Amino acid sequence: MPKTPPDLRRPGVSRRGFLQGSSVVAGSLGIAAGAAQAQDSMPSAEARTITMNVNGKVRSLSVEPRTTLVEALRDTLGMTGTKIGCNQGQCGACTVLLNGMRVNSCLTLAVMAEGAEVVTVEGLADPNGDLHPMQAAFAENDAFQCGYCTPGQIMSAIACIDEGHAGDEAEIREYMSGNLCRCGAYPNIVAAIVQVRDSQQG
Amino acid sequence: MKRFAYSRPTSVSDASDDAAEDGTQIIAGGTTMVDLMKIGVLEPEALVDITGLRDLERYEVGADRMRFGALAKMSTVADDPAVIDAFPALSDSLWKAASPQLRNVATLGGNILQRTRCPYFRDTAYAQCNKRNPGSGCAALDGGETGMHAIFGGSDACVAMYPGDFAQALVAFDAEVTTRGPGGTRSIPFADLHVLPGDDPHIETVLEPGEIVTEIALPMIPAMRNSFYMKARNRESYAFAAASAAVGIEMDGDTVRDVRIALGGVAATPWRATAAEESLKGGPLTEETAREAGRIAFQDAEPLEGSAYKIELGADVVAGALMTAKSRMGGE
Ligand SMILES: Cc1cc2nc3c(=O)[nH]c(=O)nc-3n(C[C@H](O)[C@H](O)[C@H](O)COP(=O)(O)OP(=O)(O)OC[C@H]3O[C@@H](n4cnc5c(N)ncnc54)[C@H](O)[C@@H]3O)c2cc1C
Ligand code: SF4
Ligand code: FES
Ligand code: FES
Repeated sequence: MPKTPPDLRRPGVSRRGFLQGSSVVAGSLGIAAGAAQAQDSMPSAEARTITMNVNGKVRSLSVEPRTTLVEALRDTLGMTGTKIGCNQGQCGACTVLLNGMRVNSCLTLAVMAEGAEVVTVEGLADPNGDLHPMQAAFAENDAFQCGYCTPGQIMSAIACIDEGHAGDEAEIREYMSGNLCRCGAYPNIVAAIVQVRDSQQG
Repeated sequence: MKRFAYSRPTSVSDASDDAAEDGTQIIAGGTTMVDLMKIGVLEPEALVDITGLRDLERYEVGADRMRFGALAKMSTVADDPAVIDAFPALSDSLWKAASPQLRNVATLGGNILQRTRCPYFRDTAYAQCNKRNPGSGCAALDGGETGMHAIFGGSDACVAMYPGDFAQALVAFDAEVTTRGPGGTRSIPFADLHVLPGDDPHIETVLEPGEIVTEIALPMIPAMRNSFYMKARNRESYAFAAASAAVGIEMDGDTVRDVRIALGGVAATPWRATAAEESLKGGPLTEETAREAGRIAFQDAEPLEGSAYKIELGADVVAGALMTAKSRMGGE
């Protein structure tokens, strides 16, 4: 199949080009991300500015379409709390909350998180320095050894309880199975989650 | 990852026009797409992000039909009490797949179109792979490791296994997909969506360039209520199926009126076990007839050296799934 370089793929006025005007108008009606939508409606490989709410602060950053969310957090925003393990969706080291849901930030394109709310491990502790209950429970239960998997485990553990999947230990293990720990701290991780679950119920 | 152009259209017709361009691929949740782009297996010139088509996130469990928009998330559907009640095997097939993090972004449309996990397809260090590079040969058949390969539906060109779980629940229960392409809208029986590898293993579905799956629908049938998806994995959780079965039964007293069986982890495409279903219809469902159905399901298998273990395992899984489905009938 003949390949055409991306910038030649679309003539200046394509069928989409004509429709462009109307979608820009629709996009900007009452939608905060209107400008970004207009920008994204034509294919482009160029870096673009996206806006995300990261740990409660609105951040604008420039990313290429191929930049993953974890690269944007670590390299562009300098927030290195979120780790990269396998970089393939298998280990959970890169887990963050995206619009309240735990996801692997290594398999998420940053451009696709435009307008999203992101919470990383750096956003958990209270500004006054108090640890999040899950962070405190991990410390109390020795739920880590080398600590590499820990930020991802903690983000996932918080979501596990929020989703209502921390009923018993078997369910916790099943619903924490997307987070691997090479040091085998699993029993203590489960104990930490049980402790937080019980304290929230009580 | 190679550079690519990105667009996020907000209408299905724009998305399908964009996606029909040469060198362009669709991205939804991205858990297959980004993974394969990172390891250099896919190098699209452009990606069309369809997650702006918000209408496709909707789904409904109606009296006669279940309809799922292609962008409904695996986790949302798996956890929905209405789905769990009406069609437990469907929920099972979703929550037993991948991981919670992946299920929170992975979409039903992307799920059915996920790509094989054949290790040679996924590793560009191997020059031979007819699926990745048509005409180059097959590293699996040419002396490779074949433990993860198909024992049904393979060809001399490719023995890659279709790895998905959800698709087995769909193929067993007569699902249909609706698509929208540059040529308009059409509906395709789910059983006809995927094609066998034959001489052209790089062609995996009947979808045309730019054709977007918009909806997956199933007619409600009684066997759905007593259904189960059993998955044998090499690890306790979070792994692809070594062998699996989606089953459902409808009984008339002690007689099987309707039964559905599909096999995962063993075939080149989603795989319905029709002969095994027929063996049970009109007779009783006992430990013995369930075992016999399992045996029949695998009687025409064509294993390779590494995949022969799947025959016995698969037969056990079919029998176990049938007995679990029966026990799910409870006091009704
Ligand atoms: C570590 C890991 C473990 C996994 N384990 C399992 C498992 O145990 N069982 C299982 O079943 N799956 C498993 N998966 C696969 C996972 O379920 C799929 O990657 C996911 O469902 C794909 O959905 P997506 O929305 O992310 O698709 P994408 O990655 O966005 O797309 C997948 C493919 O579908 C195409 N596409 C997407 N949506 C549409 C549409 N609406 N119309 C036309 N084409 C479309 C894309 O072009 C692409 O080719 C695993 C994945 C990973 C990374
Ligand atoms: S089995 Fe198919 S996917 Fe795997 S190496 Fe052979 S041709 Fe490629
Ligand atoms: S680094 Fe993302 S899952 Fe391993
Ligand atoms: S504590 Fe070392 S990997 Fe989990």
